[in-house]
Amino acid sequence: MKRVLLLGDEAIAQAALDAGLSGMYAYPGTPSTEIMEFVQSSKDASDRNVHREWSSNEKTAMESALGMSYAGKRAMVAMKHVGLNVAADGFINSAITGVNGGLIIISADDPSMHSSQNEQDSRFYGKFASVPCFEPSNQQEAYDMVFEAFEVSEKYKLPVLFRITTRLAHSRASINLRETIPQKKLSLPVDPLQFVLLPAIARIKYKSLLSAYESLRYESRISKYNNFKDGRRRDLGIIACGIAYNYFLENVGESVNDFPVLKISAYPFPKELIKDLTGRCNEILILEEGAPVLEEAIRGILDDGIKIYGRLDGTVPRDGELNPAIVAKAIGLPLSYGQDVPSLVKMRPPSFCNGCGHADMFKSLNESIKPYGTGHVFSDIGCYTLAALPPYNAINSCVDMGASVTMAIGASDAGLFPSVAVIGDSTFTHSGMTGLLDAVVKNSSVTIIISDNSTTGMTGGQKSHATGRIEQICEGIGVNREHLRIIVPLRKNHAENVRIMKEEFEYKGVSVVIASRECIQTATKRKRSEN
Amino acid sequence: MKNDIILSGVGGQGILSIAATIGLAAVANNLFLKQSEVHGMSQRGGDVQSHLRLSDKPVASDLIPHGKADLIISVEPMESLRYLPWLSDKGWLVTNSNPFINIPDYPSLDEILKEIKKIKNHIIIDADGIAKEAGSARSGNIVILGAASPYIDMPFESLEDAIKKLFGKKGDHVVETNLKALRAGKEFSVT
Ligand SMILES: Cc1ncc(C[n+]2csc(CCOP(=O)(O)OP(=O)(O)O)c2C)c(N)n1
Repeated sequence: MKRVLLLGDEAIAQAALDAGLSGMYAYPGTPSTEIMEFVQSSKDASDRNVHREWSSNEKTAMESALGMSYAGKRAMVAMKHVGLNVAADGFINSAITGVNGGLIIISADDPSMHSSQNEQDSRFYGKFASVPCFEPSNQQEAYDMVFEAFEVSEKYKLPVLFRITTRLAHSRASINLRETIPQKKLSLPVDPLQFVLLPAIARIKYKSLLSAYESLRYESRISKYNNFKDGRRRDLGIIACGIAYNYFLENVGESVNDFPVLKISAYPFPKELIKDLTGRCNEILILEEGAPVLEEAIRGILDDGIKIYGRLDGTVPRDGELNPAIVAKAIGLPLSYGQDVPSLVKMRPPSFCNGCGHADMFKSLNESIKPYGTGHVFSDIGCYTLAALPPYNAINSCVDMGASVTMAIGASDAGLFPSVAVIGDSTFTHSGMTGLLDAVVKNSSVTIIISDNSTTGMTGGQKSHATGRIEQICEGIGVNREHLRIIVPLRKNHAENVRIMKEEFEYKGVSVVIASRECIQTATKRKRSEN
Repeated sequence: MKNDIILSGVGGQGILSIAATIGLAAVANNLFLKQSEVHGMSQRGGDVQSHLRLSDKPVASDLIPHGKADLIISVEPMESLRYLPWLSDKGWLVTNSNPFINIPDYPSLDEILKEIKKIKNHIIIDADGIAKEAGSARSGNIVILGAASPYIDMPFESLEDAIKKLFGKKGDHVVETNLKALRAGKEFSVT
């Protein structure tokens, strides 16, 4: 058997390739990015001609994967948790159409928000869509589960949600690989109306989705990833979901047989297994990485059953990721601790790189907006969001991808003048273009600065769909050529850039300023590989 | 056998190549391994850490529990102190002496070194200087790995082999300077 050292993300990618993947679709987002990156650099993928280009956003990725599945082949789509919000329409409806070739949707959650705007728990989406959901507890299980997920997907003709979290995604372990399965041949759905969700068809399909959910419950009960192991103690039973199981094992060590424990890694919830545990113990502790999804379900509204410890009663903090210490405390084990961090140690927040064009753009922006006072600049998500921090203090919003443009429109509608949006190039093609069309159609009084570093910087420099196309896109959407300005954000151009920004702030219509300068990180990498 | 190691530094300083070297050596020694890394936001000049866990038994948690780390390897002195809650009372702290100053309120280096010297088992090494002498200013991180190598329960040769594997693609010269850096670091610790 072949063993290799892989990140959780990479194990999932390798598993998909070994399970006969034909198409990988994704938009970058921590902690999911390395799944596509691995497929892109994989020799297996290129030998087998697996489709592996980035998509414009998670919605286009989701739908392209569904198209690959329509054609009978195995497809996978990967995104960070908030990406699933963007892809939600396609995702939820793909549960009703069902699939043809196996389809896995990877959603990588980021509890504790290491690199995210929120810490939503993707398991909610599994229930919402009524699809099977897998949550591996370790990297080997992640690898193995991909094979089963494809099988379940094809058996029930349903998309499968695959939920991972940061620590699993970004931790390396040694993985045993399986034999490769060949790719599927092109074969269209037997029912030509399977994917046509006209109400009359959708009603029938929705009923069959609901009845399939009962079979999925049965699958969960017999799944090898959900297991109940009885233990000596009767006072406390443990339920540990996904990666929480590792923290449990870490803490109990040799005395693992003391506790009755139910490990859950496949959803819908295995009701019978849960009853097996609650029937034997006076009290239970529920350990979940993320939101108290299971805990809320077990407690219900009345919460008058067995005594439950978890995130809702404060035994485990209500938010944030788990760690060995939190779990030790919850089980009632003694805590170990080194020494406190000396008080002289200072915070070291992320910051603009030396030689970053965003930084020079913000210097010009700060100067040109100054006469109008503060509160005029809506921004977005990317490296440029670091301008929220001192010394720049330059932006007033960062909500969801594309929201800079549309919030600027709304604020301008309310009378804010000037109303400015700052958006990165990849964010612009992800979700900014449709907002720009709104602005053009309504002739909103907004200035949109596209800070173009020709890469998807924050996630590590993936290819940006915007590169070389921004000007044409803006013209095509209908931005007036006279108010489509191109600047180079370099210190030596500061005075001119300030003048151009000021002119456009004063213009009572849509103007776009494209500030273009290659990301210093990708430029360095490019030069190194050219040498 | 169990080695729980925290690697620390600032985004872009190359702690991941230290992790990769130890990881390759661990696989060659048939050890179980988990290595959790930081990707994303903090890589932009923020503080970064990696938890590396080696054992002859399967490793459960991706994260090292507080108070259980056997070793902190840091490529930056202030960053080495950030992880003291994880260091066990018998643990070693091995750090570069050269600060990476990208924040306005960086404390005085003397004060930092004073704090480090309060740790019972510590090694402070001018990795950048030694790396330059070894012929490659960029292998300071490998010098620090060399300095930490006596506290890693694997034969030194397996770290050398890992370096050969890891840098092999970049040519003999790169391999040689990194081996030199590794040995110079070890030399510093054992003498
Ligand atoms: C819906 C959604 N998808 C993905 C992300 C992850 N993400 C955050 S910033 C970013 C990159 C943005 O690139 P760009 O707009 O070009 O700005 P840069 O970082 O290069 O400055 C991505 C992909 C996210 N936060 N939300």
